[in-house]
Amino acid sequence: MAEPTFLFDGEPTPYAEGQSVGAALTAAGIRSWRTTRVGGRPRGLFCGIGICFDCLVTVDGRPNERACLVRVANGMRVTTQEGTGHGDLEV
Amino acid sequence: MSDVVVVGGGIVGAACAYYAAGAGLAVTVVDRGPAGAGTTSRGEGNILVSDKAPGPELTLALWSRQLWHQIGADLGDEPLELERKGGLVVAATESAMASLTRFARDQQEAGVDTVPVPAGALHEHEPHLAPDLAGGVLYGQDLQVQPVAAAAALLTGARARGAQVRTGVEAVGLVRDARGGVTGLVTDHGTVPAGAVVNATGTWGGVLSERLGCAVPVLPRRGFILVTEPLPRVVRHKVYSADYVDNVASSDAGLETSTVVEGTKGGTVLVGASRERVGYDDAFSPEVVRRLAAQATRIFPFLARVRVIRTYHGFRPYCPDHRPVIGPDPRVPGVFHACGHEGAGIGLAPATGRLLADLLSGAEPGVDPAPYSPGRFLEVARG
Amino acid sequence: MATSRSEHDAVVVGAGPAGLAAVDQLVRAGATVALLDAGHGPGGQFWRQPASGAPAPAGLHHDLGTYSRLVAALGRDGVRYLPQQHVWTVTAEGHGFTVHAVDRSGAEEVPVEVHGRRLVLATGAYDRQVPFPGWDLPGVMTAGGVQALLKAHGVAAGRRVVVAGTGPFLLPVAAGLVAGGADVVSVLEASPRGRWLREAPVVLRNAGKLGEAAGYLRTLAAHRVPVRTGWTVARADGGDALTSVTVARLDRSGHRVAGAERVVEADTLAVGWGFTPQVELAVGVGCRTRVDADGSVVCEVDEYQQTSVPGVYVAGEACGVGGAALALVEGRIAGAAAGRAPVPRRTSRRRAALRRFAAAVHRAHPVPDAWMDALDDDTLLCRCEEVPVGRVRAAVQASAVADARTAKLLARPGMGWCQGRVCGYATSCLTARWSGAPYDPTGLARRPVASPVTFDTLASG
Repeated sequence: MAEPTFLFDGEPTPYAEGQSVGAALTAAGIRSWRTTRVGGRPRGLFCGIGICFDCLVTVDGRPNERACLVRVANGMRVTTQEGTGHGDLEV
Repeated sequence: MSDVVVVGGGIVGAACAYYAAGAGLAVTVVDRGPAGAGTTSRGEGNILVSDKAPGPELTLALWSRQLWHQIGADLGDEPLELERKGGLVVAATESAMASLTRFARDQQEAGVDTVPVPAGALHEHEPHLAPDLAGGVLYGQDLQVQPVAAAAALLTGARARGAQVRTGVEAVGLVRDARGGVTGLVTDHGTVPAGAVVNATGTWGGVLSERLGCAVPVLPRRGFILVTEPLPRVVRHKVYSADYVDNVASSDAGLETSTVVEGTKGGTVLVGASRERVGYDDAFSPEVVRRLAAQATRIFPFLARVRVIRTYHGFRPYCPDHRPVIGPDPRVPGVFHACGHEGAGIGLAPATGRLLADLLSGAEPGVDPAPYSPGRFLEVARG
Repeated sequence: MATSRSEHDAVVVGAGPAGLAAVDQLVRAGATVALLDAGHGPGGQFWRQPASGAPAPAGLHHDLGTYSRLVAALGRDGVRYLPQQHVWTVTAEGHGFTVHAVDRSGAEEVPVEVHGRRLVLATGAYDRQVPFPGWDLPGVMTAGGVQALLKAHGVAAGRRVVVAGTGPFLLPVAAGLVAGGADVVSVLEASPRGRWLREAPVVLRNAGKLGEAAGYLRTLAAHRVPVRTGWTVARADGGDALTSVTVARLDRSGHRVAGAERVVEADTLAVGWGFTPQVELAVGVGCRTRVDADGSVVCEVDEYQQTSVPGVYVAGEACGVGGAALALVEGRIAGAAAGRAPVPRRTSRRRAALRRFAAAVHRAHPVPDAWMDALDDDTLLCRCEEVPVGRVRAAVQASAVADARTAKLLARPGMGWCQGRVCGYATSCLTARWSGAPYDPTGLARRPVASPVTFDTLASG
């Protein structure tokens, strides 16, 4: 059976069973997966336990999920998030 | 020796100090906590004419919004976070639209700019509104400030005009001369000599007025606000449902909720508004929050999947006849009241401060002060 | 979306050492209990288990025998264990308390309300942080976050790591990283070595703790990891991620020694300055708080761990940071008291001894003032709202602000997603410094919504 993967910005990325999105991305050498809404600065894991909301990411189209809390699933689509993550609401 | 000591460093006290100092009076402001930490810090910063029926409150509101523009010109819009955003009142049903239309017509005659918006045109103004609303009215004169910033800016302006601001100082009572006139304010940090004392303690105006020996009926009316996660600018105006006006004007003690939604410069969307008379009960209420969330989602369906990251609640200074109490107290010469603005304190603060400064300095008042006079309660009591 | 509702004698929030110990005692006392926890499995931060379900590696964990025994109690009759519950508020209702949570165990959020006649809050703590230039660069992490990656996911946060801050927790983090294959460049403990000598009488009575620390130090020595006392992080640099850390020497008063700086190449910096207790649920239900010796807002509790609100008990870090051993003891006491069972005298004595030890740790590991000297005007104070230090200082100074809450309302630090959990301590320290007013963090302790909730979930409550 093939190693399970999830998609990070479309790229198949391996993970271990039970891993959080943040852990799997860190293991893959990826340090940031969102840019801030004011300064456009890169952010990734900071507190790692659900407190700081720095690691927000879009998971299967749902913005602002905490990468440190959400567990990876096979085929999950994780995408880099820009700003509020709600660009679709822009008017 | 001060000419006047203002008790309360919230938005109303700050405006009183700003205008009184501007009139050349020596002013001291005292606040038991940090300035602007009471009801001022619990509101949305609305400066509304849209929710007021023709009458004394609307007269004051129309004058006050002009003064806000003037303050913006004098101190800069930026420190106040003054936004000329306008209000959009929406009606969910045809019958609500009919009464909103009548209400707006009366307002128009009283000097309010109103623009009817048919259902089909609502989305040009607010693209995320629910598709099935009956229509609305646009009020271009409605404004918004960030209330704590605005109070801080007014206090800074008052200081520049020579006023002193003392925080952490609580008013205890009066010093009076043989004829009963005020000669100073007793505080927990000593006496402040002054010829006049202004009660600008907002929701606590009733409590302080009793300490000063001239009770006015100001009571707390609790309100909750929900704050969303940061969003793009999804709501342009202050948008509220037509039933808000009825709730503002009602005297019911029970829980009333209507929908008020607005975006902020910070990116969050604020959602209100609830009214209930529960004393100073400071407890969180899941029921109020549930109703606010459900009603807001009805007007703006996109909110359903948006997250609330905080709520806050506070106590509006409620007066039984829904008019603020502004002017000299006939029972104690030297005591002036400037409180009881309910949910309109931010909007009405400049007119209140200006009117009070006129009365203190003997200038011709900018509006007829009679409807706001503390004496009206005595007349009722004498009946 | 229907709300799930249930009734119990007691509700316990938090499945770390304190919460698990409380459940165990409540079950022994014959009470029905619901245990709500945000984690995927029991253990909290201290006993965080591998997410794979594999057994925990002993090197990273302590007292696993106690853990296994307490977890076994979750299977007993009368216990309902609810993982992945994000509690957002607690209200007093009828004869007891309702815990409002969002169940995130499924694909969709489900609102949950759990009612109990008594409530035990064992909500724990998280790493305390202070800002420094570059602290928002990816690669800068909390020490606890680095530890969680290792314990739960078997992932070392980086290849070349600097560990910095203060407190005994830095040592297991560094030792864990070494064991996980990372190159730990150095461990910077800000407190001078001599501080501990002053606490010798208390420390020697807790020989077990000394043994633990000695074990970590042996591991670090074996890997030639230098542990520098009296050193701190001054700034972090890099483009899109951390590439170097400037470290600086501190004098005995906790200020930087001029010129004593060096630049260290690293891809990861793990920082911790003690811990911040999570008190918002207790504050929300009206429990009285106090400011503890380490500057944290904590809940006031009596000898039975009961708060100022009758029927609400707090155990563990939320009533004073003191570590897992103290949390276990406090959890036992809270559980027994909430279950109307007697509290053995020796348990109370053990708590007193552990609290003395915790106080000694606080005295030996203060946050030195140096971080305040190292800030640039454009250093972010609030990471969420991207509020720079200079903007807050300008607001405080222009408006003669003397309290942290007004500083927050004027300049927005603490208004974003995390609600000031990360920057609240620093904002309180800085407001006090700039205004000359006393340090007072209590104005920022209130967070009525302890975890974000959608309108849909709120509306269906």
